[in-house]
Amino acid sequence: MLLFSFEKIVDSINAWLNNTFSPNMVLFFQLLFTAVFAMTVFALLGLILVLMERKVAAFMQIRMGPNRVGPKGMFQTVADTMKLVVKESLTPDGADKFLFNLAPYLVMISAMLILAPIAFAKGFQIWDINIGVLYVSAISSVAVIGILMAGWASNNKYSLMGAMRSGAQIVSYELSAGLSIISIVVLSGSLSISGIIQSQADGWWIFKGHIPVLLSFMIFMIAITAETNRAPFDLAEAESELTAGFHTEYAGMKFALFFLAEYINIFIMCAIGAILFLGGWMPLHFGNWEAFNHIMDYIPSSIWFMGKTFALIFLMMWFRWTFPRLRIDQLLQLEWKYLLPIGMINLLVVTLMAIMGWHF
Amino acid sequence: MNNDELKIKITGLFPSATFEEGTEWINISINPSELLAVAPVLRNDPALLFDFLFCLTCIDWKTHFTMVYHFSSTLYRHNLVVKSNLDRENPIIESLSHMWRTAEFHEREVYDLFGVKFLHHPDLRRLFLTDEWKGFPLRKDFEDPVNMINL
Amino acid sequence: MIEELGTTTEGDLVINIGPQHPATHGVLHLKVTLNGETIKNVEPHLGYIHRSIEKMCESLSYRQFIYSTSRMDYLSSHINNHGCALCVEKGLQVEIPSRAQYIRIILDELTRVASHELWWGAMAMDLGAFTPFFHSFREREMITDIMEETCGARLTMNYIVPGGLMADIHPNFQNSVKKFILQFKKTIGEYEELLTGNIIFQNRMKGVGYLTKEDAISYGCTGPTARGSGVSCDVRKYAPYEIYDKLVFDEVLETEGDSFARYMVRIREMSQSIRIIEQLIDNIPEGDFQAKTKVVLKLPKGEFYSKVETARGEFGVYIVSDGAATPYRIKFRSPGFSNLSVLNHISKGYKLGDLVAMMGTLDLVIPDIDR
Repeated sequence: MLLFSFEKIVDSINAWLNNTFSPNMVLFFQLLFTAVFAMTVFALLGLILVLMERKVAAFMQIRMGPNRVGPKGMFQTVADTMKLVVKESLTPDGADKFLFNLAPYLVMISAMLILAPIAFAKGFQIWDINIGVLYVSAISSVAVIGILMAGWASNNKYSLMGAMRSGAQIVSYELSAGLSIISIVVLSGSLSISGIIQSQADGWWIFKGHIPVLLSFMIFMIAITAETNRAPFDLAEAESELTAGFHTEYAGMKFALFFLAEYINIFIMCAIGAILFLGGWMPLHFGNWEAFNHIMDYIPSSIWFMGKTFALIFLMMWFRWTFPRLRIDQLLQLEWKYLLPIGMINLLVVTLMAIMGWHF
Repeated sequence: MNNDELKIKITGLFPSATFEEGTEWINISINPSELLAVAPVLRNDPALLFDFLFCLTCIDWKTHFTMVYHFSSTLYRHNLVVKSNLDRENPIIESLSHMWRTAEFHEREVYDLFGVKFLHHPDLRRLFLTDEWKGFPLRKDFEDPVNMINL
Repeated sequence: MIEELGTTTEGDLVINIGPQHPATHGVLHLKVTLNGETIKNVEPHLGYIHRSIEKMCESLSYRQFIYSTSRMDYLSSHINNHGCALCVEKGLQVEIPSRAQYIRIILDELTRVASHELWWGAMAMDLGAFTPFFHSFREREMITDIMEETCGARLTMNYIVPGGLMADIHPNFQNSVKKFILQFKKTIGEYEELLTGNIIFQNRMKGVGYLTKEDAISYGCTGPTARGSGVSCDVRKYAPYEIYDKLVFDEVLETEGDSFARYMVRIREMSQSIRIIEQLIDNIPEGDFQAKTKVVLKLPKGEFYSKVETARGEFGVYIVSDGAATPYRIKFRSPGFSNLSVLNHISKGYKLGDLVAMMGTLDLVIPDIDR
């Protein structure tokens, strides 16, 4: 018996809407609720993630982190956001005004669009498109356009240099991330998110697929750290070397959007990682250990999902506060000379494994 | 080599150099025109091998300047001090920066603070003060009514 | 922080790094000429913190001028003061009681460890690893607490006077130092794992900024900068002062000459300093902490030079005296000045990202250079 399930809430809302309104109005209200939900999720996630980053950093650096604003510093992000909102949003003189203003929205929108196929809990998915994984991969590439736009439109040689570096980095690491995603698609036989999660009903892929999938997972984690411009791959925004990269000239609300988009990207990428490798909302099942599986089912699926995602986010934050930065040529070398060949060979091995049935 | 042996060797090489008495290391005084003849010998002579110029400075004795070079050998660990008196009105001396690269910065500093011109220096400009500064602060007759407080 | 100044006709880019740095080097202004990402020329512009200390010292007494050197290389303030005091004592020909000698050396070595700890943390931060900074400051805090108890100040410790020390040590001194040594030995292994053994870090440091032995001597580099290239230049070994000739410690030399070698030299020097402290801390002899000297010191007519080994290299004090109560001319031979002059030479042909690694391993403190 589940304690509460999002599925029931969604079903009951749908039922009420259908009873009260005409079909067109129902659609309209569904879209409205979805939009409100998406924006709330964003705002909340932004709040939580920024604070989490600062507290995790403090934990690793033997200090306390923000602890003044609100109990245990919980409202720190609210204060930060208010500060950014009241700041003057300057547009530099020679900047291309239209592109300059559009860029942060483009990055935000691509982050929001990826939210659609993610399954937060059993049956709680905005859009279970049958090519879910392909959709995610495609939309995440759109964010690069926003970054390049930001760098170009700033009319600043350093923004441009930083944007080019960022662009090269993101485009390169998308390949590795894509290869890792494909290895799971091969194993589960489905591109849709719900299909992939269902295939993990008897165990998560990271356990079922043993070594090759573990390798895929490691490559995936490295690739998404690079895609979201986080340390140790954050040369494009390294303060002690160059300017702050493509978002140098942005201030105030526009900078807040970039900042928020970065953290939402981290959440989304880790959510995809959790879905593909760690089973999404599927509790920890082991083959046919009925009693064990039954106990695991008691924990609600939303908690499983959030737990896994936040564990991966913690891992990414751990990377940031431990490792020094890679130089841009070392970064690209890592991708093209090491990760990509290993990824391709791994994909062949996984395919072989899937055909011969050598996984659990 | 210890001080006595060094004294004998230097006297042999440069008979015109004068020695100071009662100092910790051998101090020799030469003419500024002789510097370019003396320096390569100090650097390349196999018994001397002074390859480490560790201090280059200037002293303003109200009537004349004295350039002071402190040399040391990383192999033999002996030290030598070479001095040269310069005319206060027109202080010019050859640069040593082609032999000891550390002299490049040190000579710029002496030019900046004392006004001594170094011939054939690759880049003789002021080092610490701005390019438009007038005057040479470390000279004893430097007056700056705004910034200097005389105790 | 960075401004683009303009391109030269060959398509080179001239950018400014500094004078305001987010890192810890101080106010250093570098004009870097780049061709794409490759460095063609680095020109340091100095003087942002030039206080003309040498001229000021001409109007200070022999007891007063020593403390202006604390403000020069503020991370090795004890050692700088020690150098000045040695020079004055050489002129006065006064014998220092052995109690003062022991304590001076313990404080010198503690200062060296504190300076290297800060260097380590700051350098990690420059390369993007933010956490080691906090860890190294935890140890440095212990040292500054010892300094505060003994000397009354945390950074500019005006404790050494010509003749010995200004006051006797705190009774808690030996226990605090021993506690620090225990803590240090526990954590030095952590540092090795966290940063030195990290492959990303090694890739950024190995092969970057080669300095040959001949160049190091010619450019006048001293200290760990030169020892990383195999130049044996430790003043404590070749011209020992105080009781260094009786102590057992190694001069750390590496022959590679790249940034990683210079980094390893400093890390090992920390352990050597702890070794020296351990030999001394239990054997501090009883006696005076200060030799009897006149209140107003007058050095006889003549010139005096003394050198000490600071955390950055060889610090020389050259006093020219004409018999008055204030020096006639003082020249401070600062190690950073010569170490900086080699930056242009070693950075040719490397990328802009490597410049940070190179500056970090040269360990520059700009007030030391500008005086």
